[in-house]
Amino acid sequence: MSFPAAPSHRLDFASSPINQALTAEQKVELLRTMIRIRRFEQASLKYYNAGRIGGFLHLYIGQESVAVGTISLCGENDHNITAYRCHGHALASGMNMNECMAELFGKYTGSAKGKGGSMHFFAPDKNFWGGHGIVGGQTPLGLGLAYGLKYKGLQGAALCYMGDGAVNQGAFHESLNLAALFELPVVYIIENNGYSMGTSQKRSSAYRGCLAQRAEAYDMEWDLIDGSDIYEVRAKTHIAMERARKESRPTVLEITTYRYYGHSVADANAKKYRSPEEIENYKNNYDPINTFRNRLLQEGVITQEQADAINKEAADEAAAAVEFADASPAPSIESIMDDVYWEVDNKTIAGQTGRHFFND
Amino acid sequence: MRTLTYREALREGMDEELARDENVVLMGEEVAQYNGAYKVTEGLWKKWGDKRIVDTPISEAGFIGMGIGASMLGVRPVMELMFWSFHSVAFDQLVSNAACVRYMSGGLIHCPIVVRGPANGGTNVGATHSHIPEGMFAAFPGLKVVAPATPADVKGLIKASIRDNDPVFFMENTLLYGTTGPVPDPADGDHVVPLGVADLKREGSDLSLIAHGRSVIHCLEAAETLQRDHGISCDVLDLRTIRPLDQEAILKTVRKTHRVVLVDESKAFGGVSAMVATLIQDHCFDDLDAPIKRVTSLDAPAIYSKYVENDQLPNPKRIVEKVLTIA
Repeated sequence: MSFPAAPSHRLDFASSPINQALTAEQKVELLRTMIRIRRFEQASLKYYNAGRIGGFLHLYIGQESVAVGTISLCGENDHNITAYRCHGHALASGMNMNECMAELFGKYTGSAKGKGGSMHFFAPDKNFWGGHGIVGGQTPLGLGLAYGLKYKGLQGAALCYMGDGAVNQGAFHESLNLAALFELPVVYIIENNGYSMGTSQKRSSAYRGCLAQRAEAYDMEWDLIDGSDIYEVRAKTHIAMERARKESRPTVLEITTYRYYGHSVADANAKKYRSPEEIENYKNNYDPINTFRNRLLQEGVITQEQADAINKEAADEAAAAVEFADASPAPSIESIMDDVYWEVDNKTIAGQTGRHFFND
Repeated sequence: MRTLTYREALREGMDEELARDENVVLMGEEVAQYNGAYKVTEGLWKKWGDKRIVDTPISEAGFIGMGIGASMLGVRPVMELMFWSFHSVAFDQLVSNAACVRYMSGGLIHCPIVVRGPANGGTNVGATHSHIPEGMFAAFPGLKVVAPATPADVKGLIKASIRDNDPVFFMENTLLYGTTGPVPDPADGDHVVPLGVADLKREGSDLSLIAHGRSVIHCLEAAETLQRDHGISCDVLDLRTIRPLDQEAILKTVRKTHRVVLVDESKAFGGVSAMVATLIQDHCFDDLDAPIKRVTSLDAPAIYSKYVENDQLPNPKRIVEKVLTIA
């Protein structure tokens, strides 16, 4: 993945209507949500390295503008679903740091009572449907959310995120065909951070132009977005969401972005398949949080002191979430058997007829 | 009582559920305009139209995953696999998403879907189209597995499955679609057969035959032969549902006859009968007068040749021979 050493001249999407409509408070909120995600993940990294968090930890650091920019456009009937790099989408959808951190710690107070872990955050009440561990496995589910919207006659969009590695999964291509064939209100968002685990885009994908251009084969609209600019993310995603809501037609968006850490924290080769210079260049010149903070300083929307305060509040919130998670109880052994069957959990007649479990 | 084919009874069950709940949608390959590859859905598209009866492309992972996603927003998809053998191209959706999404979300999400279609050998189509996966799917907690043998049961069980709020994998049999049997008249009330309840299809005293799906029909024929030619009287217990499993009915028949032969079209290794045998030895060890015996499909991929195909599967002759080894 190569980005020029300095951002070239580009269109100013601050003037697009969807960004013009933002109040100063809403702009600050976008910045605050991005910073909260980063501070949350920095805290989680610290406790992962200390052995307090198990499994995999796929950090979103560097990509925050994608989840925050796109989900900020969501209304009552818009839904979103993503893959395993899901912390940013969860927090942007309105999940709180405590339930997310406790889930990472494997505690009963976690969002999934310690049953999901890092890759499986869910908040259906906030229209956030996960958090899915298998690359590309969520792409038909996102289609199904769009199907549900259309079936029920609701005007909404289903945002379905994936990494650039997922574009080569069969389930994704089946989904694209179905999306176009059934005219479903889904927006596929390829978060292109350049690497499917340790394999660069050039070594993993055959394509003309860009990955999103594959949509043309299915007669679908597509667009390419610079993910370092949250204004651009919002402006172009808004168009795709309106196409979904108003015309019930799908779109593929590709948002270029970058992850500062490895595929997961356990990625042993994180610093081998790309150069330190490449990482530093993105951090220094394209970081979505710095870019937007500088923009808001320029616009006079915030002061440096306010920006620093947001940073501190987010760090404090993450530290408090760690304390909450740490102090929370572990799940009981008995709780292993909960949440397998709806009918059993709800003690219905069906749930009490026949043997459901075979433990002894 | 009316006589219907298995196919007609199944269709009638789905038709009634389409009428009962506007969120029920039938989808799959050729289910609408073609009237169903096995004519199970014949006439339903004409009656219910494009919204309720949906033809999909040949994309099992795509449309089953789509149905799972739609179920999260309250749609209740009933998805046809033209053959259950095609499960393998949708496996991730079936086991990582349908089976696990409730658990991984700590109970926040549930998945009220039915995936249905024929799951059997014996139709001269070779190994790829003859997989018998009920034992395999029953091994995934979160899933329910149903395998009806008669027209009345297929109707009552499809209705219960559609109403169930968990994912139900419903396994039919192409060789049963044309078989006939009595089915209660809708005028006499809603015919729903609950999941998890086995049915004693024949009463006897000397030995228990326990089976599901088409093997039940074979057991009934074998029981007739055993009575006539050998004076052996058999209970024939139809499990009907694999998971949840009617353990009490299994133990009850074994405690009555003290001898049991399990008949199961799946393979012996990890098949349904392996689980049933474990339960019997665990709970009825002292009741048994003979070892538990099994008749399963011979342990090779399904053979094509019509000359020996039926010998690979459980059949009345193999059942009789096995019974005579312990009775």
